[in-house]
Amino acid sequence: MTVKLYIDAIRDAIQEEMRRDASVFVLGEDVGVRGGVFRVTQGLIEEFGEARIMDTPLAESAIAGVAIGAAAYGMKPIAEIQFADFIMPAVNQIISEAAKMRYRSNNDWHCPLVIRAPYGGGVHGALYHSQSLEALFYHVPGLKIVMPTTAADAKGLLISAIRDPDPVLYFEHKGMYRLIKDDVPDGEHTVPIGKAAVRRQGVDITVITYGLMVHHALEAAQELESEGVSTELLDLRTVAPLDRDAIVAAARKTGKVLIVHEDNKTGGVGAEVSAIIAEEALFDLDAPIARLCGPDIPAMPFSPPMERFYMLDPDKIATAMRRLAAF
Amino acid sequence: MSRHGELGLSDDDVRSMYRYMLMARALDERLWLLNRAGKIPFVVSCKGQEGAQVGAAFALKAGRDYVLPYYRDLGVALVFGQTATDVMLSGFAKWEDPNSGGRQMPGHFGSRKHRIVTGSSPVSTQIPHAVGVALAARLRGERLVAYTSFGEGSSNQGDFHEACNFAGVHRLPVVFFCENNGYAISVPVKKQLGCERVADRAAGYGFPGVTVDGNDVLVVYAAMKEAVERALRGEGPTLVEALTYRLNPHSSDDDDRVYRTREEVEEAKSRDAIIAFGQYLQTQGLLSEEAVDDLRKEIAQLVDAATAYAEKASYAPPEEALKYVYAE
Repeated sequence: MTVKLYIDAIRDAIQEEMRRDASVFVLGEDVGVRGGVFRVTQGLIEEFGEARIMDTPLAESAIAGVAIGAAAYGMKPIAEIQFADFIMPAVNQIISEAAKMRYRSNNDWHCPLVIRAPYGGGVHGALYHSQSLEALFYHVPGLKIVMPTTAADAKGLLISAIRDPDPVLYFEHKGMYRLIKDDVPDGEHTVPIGKAAVRRQGVDITVITYGLMVHHALEAAQELESEGVSTELLDLRTVAPLDRDAIVAAARKTGKVLIVHEDNKTGGVGAEVSAIIAEEALFDLDAPIARLCGPDIPAMPFSPPMERFYMLDPDKIATAMRRLAAF
Repeated sequence: MSRHGELGLSDDDVRSMYRYMLMARALDERLWLLNRAGKIPFVVSCKGQEGAQVGAAFALKAGRDYVLPYYRDLGVALVFGQTATDVMLSGFAKWEDPNSGGRQMPGHFGSRKHRIVTGSSPVSTQIPHAVGVALAARLRGERLVAYTSFGEGSSNQGDFHEACNFAGVHRLPVVFFCENNGYAISVPVKKQLGCERVADRAAGYGFPGVTVDGNDVLVVYAAMKEAVERALRGEGPTLVEALTYRLNPHSSDDDDRVYRTREEVEEAKSRDAIIAFGQYLQTQGLLSEEAVDDLRKEIAQLVDAATAYAEKASYAPPEEALKYVYAE
């Protein structure tokens, strides 16, 4: 085990897979000599050269589309979209092409592609450098979406994503890059896609969340512990496909469920989690399913008070947890 | 020396090209007939563009090169190895359809064994894929050409421009082949392009663009041959624009009478590449009138047999619809 920053764990995963497999390569804007605007790919061009750490023209649909072509050919591209907010021009390529290539060819062609995109707010990123966009893709069969919470998962899920034979969207919270550090197993470390993780055991209420909100919810759970409320905390880790068994088990365990996400509420991942619980565990519930999410506004503003208003934090989560515990 | 001889094509080559053109035409006409008879819900047409397609495909090398054809490129799919039966299985949406197992509409080509990369309906999305194939082949050290085709209307899509620029920057071995048939469904070229020719756009991406007569098979072949050789020499992409004409409506659901005159269509029919190339072969003494009749009969029999086979073939069981969303 070595304590690593979240961002370094991502880089380690890329580096190790590129050393192991010559078909892995990186393409994106500023990923080369600049090492990415967040420095995720820093130092990689020195080791692997500009052919495998490729600076592309500023055109997101081409980044995705070229990566899809390369993946169909048999490479394992890791395409970086500089900010998740800028993935929009590539949506047609991701949804019409990557997600459907295997299906539409009756399993003749497939697309082993990873698209990495930094998401999330609380970093003064304003409307177009803060968004969480998993719900837009969440609806699309053929895609997998992972959103790691810890450095260990950041590495393990990225390696799994690279080795996966189908397209995987890898959303990494930019606010966690240098905030989160934890023990990462040395050597080869993979985390299975589609498996949630129980981050805290408890008996009174269940919180189901993912990404940065896991850390906030852990803080809140600590606070509630001192008030005598014990929290079961489930980190989804993969939002598509959801770990239905883990969700249902976590809901049944306490009978009181709070779903938390940074993304806005309507049509978010939480809506599906809620529906799964309603379908499979309704009669095990002791309280209505609660959701605490970003407000339904286009995105978070630049103004610091308005940004704070948008973002969830441990206090807001603790308040929602208390309300649920008291039900 | 003959025109085709000067281009390095043997007599057998040009006879084979003509046969592919006739095959594409016969399959296209049969598909339309089956549509009108209510047996196939939807078809798109290559009619009028076979010469450009076969001329282009012959400059490529099946087994070496990758093709990412658009939905009209039946001629290319045939040259790269698809059979009449494959085409009919696709038309009838049968389980054995090698393109998609009956999942996609006709004209959505794809088969890994022939290096025909699976395509979709949103136009131009295949163009960056071709660039990706070329990039990947370069990374692997495989010497090949990625060919992709599209209509002139599709050359307005961002994906066309983004892909051309990417290929231009990295000097990738791609041939962009525009089959300019004059109409994007109903909208004519003058309402589609701000420039005169699609080929003019290549200048913006730093590689050559040429416009050729798409009804002259050998002229198309010559331009494509140069583009392919350039790509293989590592000199980068080329945009080849073939001026053609779509003799049928856009699709079986389109009615072209509202946007073009019958006189215009009749005039275009007189310039059909199949007529011109047939005359060329006869003038060269490579194919007698009798031989052409025999060839047409042989093809008609193949199409009949393919139709009968495909019509009788099974549909996939409905639950097959659930398969292959992900690897299984």
